[in-house]
Amino acid sequence: MVPLIVTLAVVVVALSLTAALLIARGRARRGTLSSGDQPTPRPAESPPTPPGAAPRPTESAPEPPIATPRPLATQEGQAEPPRLRDRLGAARKMFAAYATSVLARGSISSETWAELEEALIRADVGLKTARKLLADLRDQVTSGAVTTPADLMAALETLMGDTLRRVSGDSSLAFEPDTTNVWLFVGVNGVGKTTTIGKIAAREMASGRHVVVAAGDTFRAAAIDQLELWAKRAGAGFVRGLPGGDPSAVIFDAVQHAGARGSNLVLADTAGRLHTKANLMEELKKVRRVAERPPGKVTEVLLVVDATTGQNGLAQAREFTSAIGVTGVVLTKLDGTAKGGIVVAIQEELGIPVKLVGLGEGQADLVEFDPEAFVTAMLH
Amino acid sequence: MFEALSERFDGIFARLRTRGRLTDAMIAEALAEVRDALLEADVNFTVAAAVVARVAERCRESELSKSLTPAQQVVKVVNEELVRVLGGETLHIRYAATPPTVVLLVGLQGSGKTTAAAKLARWFKQQGRNPLLVGADLQRPAAVEQLRVLASQAGVGMFSDPVDPVATAAKGLDEARRLGRDVLIVDTAGRLTIDEDLMDEVARIESVLSPQYTFLVVDAMTGQDAVATAEAFNAAVGINGVILTKLDGDARGGAALSVKEVVGCPVAFASTGERLADFDSFYPDRMASRILGMGDVLSLIESAQREIDHDVAESTVAKLRRGQFDLDDFLQQMQQIKKMGPLSGIIGLLPGVPKEIKNAKIDDKDLARVEAIIRSMTPAERRDPVIVDGSRRLRIANGSGNAPGDVSNLLRQFREAQQMMLKQLGVGGSKAGGNKAASAKGSKSKKRKGGRVTPRSSKNLARNTSDTGRSMDGFGDLEQLAKQERLGAGAGWPTPGWRSKP
Ligand SMILES: Nc1nc2c(ncn2[C@@H]2O[C@H](COP(=O)(O)OP(=O)(O)OP(=O)(O)O)[C@@H](O)[C@H]2O)c(=O)[nH]1
Ligand SMILES: [Mg+2]
Repeated sequence: MVPLIVTLAVVVVALSLTAALLIARGRARRGTLSSGDQPTPRPAESPPTPPGAAPRPTESAPEPPIATPRPLATQEGQAEPPRLRDRLGAARKMFAAYATSVLARGSISSETWAELEEALIRADVGLKTARKLLADLRDQVTSGAVTTPADLMAALETLMGDTLRRVSGDSSLAFEPDTTNVWLFVGVNGVGKTTTIGKIAAREMASGRHVVVAAGDTFRAAAIDQLELWAKRAGAGFVRGLPGGDPSAVIFDAVQHAGARGSNLVLADTAGRLHTKANLMEELKKVRRVAERPPGKVTEVLLVVDATTGQNGLAQAREFTSAIGVTGVVLTKLDGTAKGGIVVAIQEELGIPVKLVGLGEGQADLVEFDPEAFVTAMLH
Repeated sequence: MFEALSERFDGIFARLRTRGRLTDAMIAEALAEVRDALLEADVNFTVAAAVVARVAERCRESELSKSLTPAQQVVKVVNEELVRVLGGETLHIRYAATPPTVVLLVGLQGSGKTTAAAKLARWFKQQGRNPLLVGADLQRPAAVEQLRVLASQAGVGMFSDPVDPVATAAKGLDEARRLGRDVLIVDTAGRLTIDEDLMDEVARIESVLSPQYTFLVVDAMTGQDAVATAEAFNAAVGINGVILTKLDGDARGGAALSVKEVVGCPVAFASTGERLADFDSFYPDRMASRILGMGDVLSLIESAQREIDHDVAESTVAKLRRGQFDLDDFLQQMQQIKKMGPLSGIIGLLPGVPKEIKNAKIDDKDLARVEAIIRSMTPAERRDPVIVDGSRRLRIANGSGNAPGDVSNLLRQFREAQQMMLKQLGVGGSKAGGNKAASAKGSKSKKRKGGRVTPRSSKNLARNTSDTGRSMDGFGDLEQLAKQERLGAGAGWPTPGWRSKP
């Protein structure tokens, strides 16, 4: 506790000083500037739902007059889900350059190591994790197990594959037959939570589960409509609240609704939030607590991570985990040029497995995480 | 203010003292640290290499070898280089001779285009313009609806025609002309740069609109891919401004540097929150400090502005100076700090906090324990913890679910912390050149009744808290810094506000 009190003291002094000296000024300025503005403040604490605002389940709301998404090639009548390897064509090209360059050298030199480090960093694996992996490889070289550049590439592939498989080997999502399973989707803004729910709803419905989708994002404009469209496409049940309402009330309602109808799976959307916002993380904790009320049971908390995310992904994983206990990562947008290497760091530092991968905006563009394919896509 | 990076140099330049000569090897090592710092901040690999090369050049040329503090010198050069890259030309909105002035927003999925469009519309409105928003994202479910809601929040008109994005853009332009709107802001669907069809589509939108400004919207959390994205969009539509979003998080934001280096055009706006008002001009110097992990003091101040009650802050400082800061005040402060986010995050933003504290493992759960203990104390005990004897201690421990040892620990540490806080404030003459008013006020505290900290006892601080006391000397410049910032504010220091760049 020593550092805590001292730390607090430091922070108290620092903040009080800056605040005392500066806030008056800031206020005055802000006051005049924000006049005429109608912000929609996010509630600092989720207020109790007023009776009128009680979320109500809707099964067959009329199609809202909004744009229909352009049909995607992978979306309609598709028998086979896309394969990770096929979809990562573009990503491959870049890494191939390193592989070629590494292999072109007759022996393992300092350039070889520099190139491998560069390749891993460019994939967003991060310095620390990259160096850890390379240190392991160096040991193999020192021990004589690896001698040629070709061996080295193969050893890196094996090492990463093994590392990932150790934690992320099983991509199935936890499901307990005799309760109302709640899978909670969380993450920072815009990573693909809602889209992923749409995809998973379709997948689970296809496998014969009765799914209820809960519109827990009551904050972002039109988030409810967006999710409703996805629920419809999947033919899943849909429970909504009012915009600006209490998200935990919506989740509670969805669980009760699912329980009453014998649906055994609730997919709960949540508003995107930065992990640094304490009040919003508190809101999530409450959502989770409420979702645990019988017959509900939270069996998965899935952190959605965008493949373009850099090193901040680690902080995201750490904070969401400490707030509500993340059980797995969904890596989205891996169909682009970003490699998503941050999930390697997340797994290495926090032991959180990667479960699913998003490969596009269509309903079928979701695959289970496959360590080999992921590594191959990175290294070739 | 430059501790974070110079700490990295500690080991490297420490050898100077023993060997006395700055070698090329030392410089190379320092530069490798610079590179690592940039990479950890998500600066693109190629961009980091280019920056380091330029820094290396300047380090060789400069008086680095003559400098007594080469570490500080290197940090200074790095910082200047980042500010140079991030800054440079600023954006002046030049309105089209024949209205409307057209602004097109492009970017990856989820980067924040729709919100940015609405914020931008609000901004133009505040500039006295009359904008129209066009929703050309017909791809993502409910994107148009989202824009419609945001447009009405911003009090701005909105147009969309859910048939075809290119046609919508064209019709939006006609609509703006018909309605006499002088600014047109077009939101487009997020797209991947390898999606040739969609890149072709956005190029067609661009040619239909011939926008005055095409802004690339970039998420501050983006990693290495930022460069590929910026290059591709620049090639397809020609970017002439960048909007950085989600800067209210704790991402170091190296993407800003990467994108800037690639597209070469100014970062026009920074998006710093979910409310429409959280939109601001971009400050290269703040961004440079942030990327280098040197503590984004100004952002912290803004966060404090939002969360901390000014009167409470002022009375806290007064109490601190009088040495009357008690456990009740402490509790109150804890509440305010908690509102600002995880403690470790806040500390990360504070400049000059000693390494020992920065590196300390802080569990916000411990905060709850401290809080519980204080809450189990009576008001009298909180005011004057000296009265806490054995039986009171036991009661507090039981009441808060802790061991009596925890209670005495907390009280002892609080005593030390009180003294340390006095020292930080320069009360008791420990700080030469410190704030006069503070010292004057501080000396009044001698009159106070017993049981509290007196300036005299604060002199024993170094001994009492020998482990942390020394390192505290590196801290305490915050007041100075805050003052500079205040002085600077009057003299054109960048302050948050709605105005175009100078
Ligand atoms: N290319 C690609 N786009 C995706 C993928 N997943 C989601 N997206 C797109 O990313 C954007 C954001 O997705 P959303 O599902 O709205 O993200 P969210 O996390 O719910 O966003 P908020 O609720 O606003 O925080 C949309 O345009 C999606 O179509 C993916 O795997 N690949
Ligand atoms: Mg969403």
